Amino acid sequence: MTKDIQISKGAKINIKGSAEKILTDIPSVNSYAIKPDNFFNFTPKMLVKEGEEVSIGTPICFEKNDSRIILVSPVSGIVNKITRGDRRKILEIIIEPDSSNKKISHKVEKIQSLNPEKIKKFLLKTGSWPFIRQRPFNVFADPDITPKSIHISTISSAPLGVDYDFILKNNKEDFQLGINILNTLLPGKVNLFVDKDFQGFFSKIKNANIFRISGPHPSGNVSVQIQKTNPINFGDKVWVIRPEDIVNIAILFSTGIYSCKRTLAISGSSVSNPQYFKTNIGSNLSSILKKLNIDPSIQNRYINGDVFSGIEVQKDGHIDFFNNLVSVIPEGNKYRFFGWVPFFHNKIPSLSRTSFSWLFGRKGYNVDTNLNGEERALVVTGEMEKVFPMDIYPMQLIKACMAGDIEKMEGLGIYEVIPEDFGLIDYSNTSKIEAQEIIKEGIELMIKEIA
Amino acid sequence: MKFLRKKLDDLRYPFRKGGKWEKFAPAINAFDTFLFVPNHTTHKGSHIRDSVDLKRTMSTVIIALLPALIYGIYNSGFQHYSQLDISFTFLDAFIHGSWKILPMIFVSYFVGLTIEFIFAVYRGHEVNEGYLVTGLLIPMIMPIDIPLWMVAISVAFSVVIAKEAFGGTGMNILNPALTARAFAFFAYPTYMSGNKVWVSEATNIDAISGETILGSLAAGEEIKYSVSEMFYGSIPGSIAETSVLYILAGALILIFTGVGSWRIMLSGILGASLVGYLFNLWGANPLMSFSWLNHLLVGGFAFGIVFMATDPVTASQTNKGKWIYGFLIGVFCILIRVFNPAYPEGVFLAILLMNVFAPTIDHYIIEANIKRRRKRWKESTPKII
Repeated sequence: MTKDIQISKGAKINIKGSAEKILTDIPSVNSYAIKPDNFFNFTPKMLVKEGEEVSIGTPICFEKNDSRIILVSPVSGIVNKITRGDRRKILEIIIEPDSSNKKISHKVEKIQSLNPEKIKKFLLKTGSWPFIRQRPFNVFADPDITPKSIHISTISSAPLGVDYDFILKNNKEDFQLGINILNTLLPGKVNLFVDKDFQGFFSKIKNANIFRISGPHPSGNVSVQIQKTNPINFGDKVWVIRPEDIVNIAILFSTGIYSCKRTLAISGSSVSNPQYFKTNIGSNLSSILKKLNIDPSIQNRYINGDVFSGIEVQKDGHIDFFNNLVSVIPEGNKYRFFGWVPFFHNKIPSLSRTSFSWLFGRKGYNVDTNLNGEERALVVTGEMEKVFPMDIYPMQLIKACMAGDIEKMEGLGIYEVIPEDFGLIDYSNTSKIEAQEIIKEGIELMIKEIA
Repeated sequence: MKFLRKKLDDLRYPFRKGGKWEKFAPAINAFDTFLFVPNHTTHKGSHIRDSVDLKRTMSTVIIALLPALIYGIYNSGFQHYSQLDISFTFLDAFIHGSWKILPMIFVSYFVGLTIEFIFAVYRGHEVNEGYLVTGLLIPMIMPIDIPLWMVAISVAFSVVIAKEAFGGTGMNILNPALTARAFAFFAYPTYMSGNKVWVSEATNIDAISGETILGSLAAGEEIKYSVSEMFYGSIPGSIAETSVLYILAGALILIFTGVGSWRIMLSGILGASLVGYLFNLWGANPLMSFSWLNHLLVGGFAFGIVFMATDPVTASQTNKGKWIYGFLIGVFCILIRVFNPAYPEGVFLAILLMNVFAPTIDHYIIEANIKRRRKRWKESTPKII
C-alpha cells in the first residue's frame, strides 16, 4: 500500500554546513559511554562495577521496573568510570576498549520458525530491546503487549538533516530483513514513511505500508506522521524505531552478535568539511572530530542531534544512543547593539516578517546560539499554530502543562506528542518560552499520575 | 560600541546577583536590553532561536501607528485653524498639534512606565514591552482638549486595575488602552463627549464647534462632511482615529509583518458591513440610514478594529475564535452606535465587551477539539486488546 501525505504547516530553515556524502569508517575510538539519560523515564540499576571487564553484549544495567530490559556494552574493554550526579543519579558509564574484541555470541534460530514471543525474548536478552521506543511518551516498549502499529520515519526534516538512504546504502537487504522481523510483532504491516521528493531505496521495500510525505519540518517527526495516518487514542500503544536500528536488529538476527552501528553526520557552519562517519553508539566525539577542520578560535556548541531538539555535549563527550547527527554551531554569547529594531540584522533567520531575513536565505543561514531576546509573558497568538501541523492546539496544551491540569492535557492531546515536536515552537515563539521543557515536565507528571 | 558596553557593565555592577541594588535589577535591565540585545545563549530546548522578540513585535506596532499619529497631530491643528477661518500653513497646524499632543504622550509614558517599573521590581520580573504600545495608544484615542492630569489618572487606573491586578502583561482580560478611555469616559463625561471637545480649544473659543459626524447624526443634524473627507480624515474626532487612509497604511504594516491578525480585521469589517447594510434597509432614523460604507469610515471603527481589536492578549487566541470575535465586534459596534445615541462611539464599548467574551469563545472552540478527540477514542475502543 502506498499513500501520499501533504504537510503544509511548519518551516524549513536552511542552515549552512550540510554534510557531504563522504563516509569514513571509524572502527574504534578511545572510549565509549552509555548514558541512561538518553532514555526517557529510565531508572538504571547497575550490573557491573568500575574496573570490571566486559565484552560486546555484556549487560551493563537494567531498568528498575522491568529487569528484562537491559543495556549492553557496545565494545569489549574495561568499565572505566561511572559518573554520578545529584542524588547519585547515574550520568555516564564510561567503557575503555581493549584490542581483544571479545563478544557474546547468541544462538539464533531460523527466522522463519520464530514467533513474536521468541523474537521479543531474543531482543530483550541481547540488549537490543531499547532500540524500540513506545508512544505515548517515548518510553521503553512494553514487551508484554502487541503494539497497535509500528512506525518508521526515514525522513530527517530538521535543519542539517541526514540522508538515511545514504547512511544505509550498503544495508538494503538488512533493512528488508529488519522490516520482516518487525512485521511478525504485530497483526498488520509496519508503516514506513518516505520523503516524497527523495524516496531512495525505501520506496522499494516490501511488506510495509509506505507513506510518501511532503512538506516542511516537522514532517519527518514520527508524531506528525502517526497523527496523520493512525492517531494514538487513549490506551493505544504504538512502537517507533529508527532506520539504522532496524539494520542493527537485522544484523543481530543474522550474526547472533549485538550490533550498535551508528552512522553520524557531523555538520554545521563551524565545520569546514562536514561529512559522515561510521562508528558505534556511545563513541567518544573527540576521536571523530580530529578528522574534521573546525576553527579552534571560535567557541562552538556541539549538539547530539539537530539544532531544535538535540542535547548539548562537550567536545570531549560521547555521542548519544539515538542520534545520527552531531550539529556544530558557534556560540552566540555576544551583544547586539539595538538588535531588536525591526528589519535590522536580517542575516539571522526568522519566521516572522518583522525581518527581511526571508530574502537572504538562499545560500543558507549562519546561526548561533544567542537567545535573541529574553523570556517574556505569552503575548503573541497564532504563531505556534503556523509551525505545528498536528490537530492539537499547541499553546493551550503548553498552558495546560504549565498548570499541571491532567484532564486538560489528556483532552488536548498529550498522548500524541513528545517534546521534540515542540522544537520549532521553541525556536519561533516571540516570548522565548521553553516549550519542549514544559511539555517534558507535563509528560513526567502524566507518567507519575497515571502509573 | 565597546566603550558604551563597558560603561553599561560598570553601571550594572551594583545590580548584580548579591550586589547592593540587586532588587532593582529589572530597572537597569530594561535600559540595558533597550540598547543591546543581551548575550544570553540557549540553555535548554532549541539551541537556535528566531530573531523576533517582544521588543521587535511591539516596535513594529509602534511603526504601524506612526502614520495615523502624525496625521492626527496635523489634523488637530488643521481643525483648529480651519474653523477659526484664518490662514495657516502645514507647519502651523503641525506645531499646534504637537504642542497639544506630545505632552500627552509624555505624561502617558511617564506615568505608565513608572508604574510598570515599580511592579517589575516588586514582583522581581523583567519589564514587559507591552506598555510601549499601550502608552502611545492612550493619547491617540483621547479628545484633543483633555487635561493632562486626566490622562495621568486614566493611565494609572488602566495599568493598575486593568493590567497589573490581573497579573501583568499577557494576563489581562481587558485592553488597557481602552480601559483608560472607558475610565475617562465614565469618570469625566463632560471632557469626553458632547460637541465641544473634539477640536482643539473648542471649549475656550466660541467660534469653534467640535461636533463629530456620529454626534451630529445622533442629534439628528445634517452632516457637513463629504465621503472623501471621512476617508482622508480631515474631520473632528479623537486625536488619531479620523484618517482611514493612514490607518489602512498601519493595517498593511501589521498584516504584512503578521503582527496584527488579518482575520480579526477582515471579520470585523464583514460584521459591521452586514449589520450596517441591514440597518440601511430598515432606515428608521438618521443613524440607521447612514450608508453602511460610511459607517466603516467614520468614528473610531477603523482605528479600533485595526489597532485595538487585534491586541493578541485580549483577543481570541484560536484562529477560528478570531473570526467570531472580530465579526461580533463589528456587529456590536454598529448596534451600539444605532441603538444608543448616548454612546455614538460604539467601537470602544464593543471591543471591551468582546474582550470579556473572548475567553468564552476560545473555550468552546477548544472544547470542540477535546470532544472530537474523545469521540475518536470512543470509536476506537473496541480495537484495544
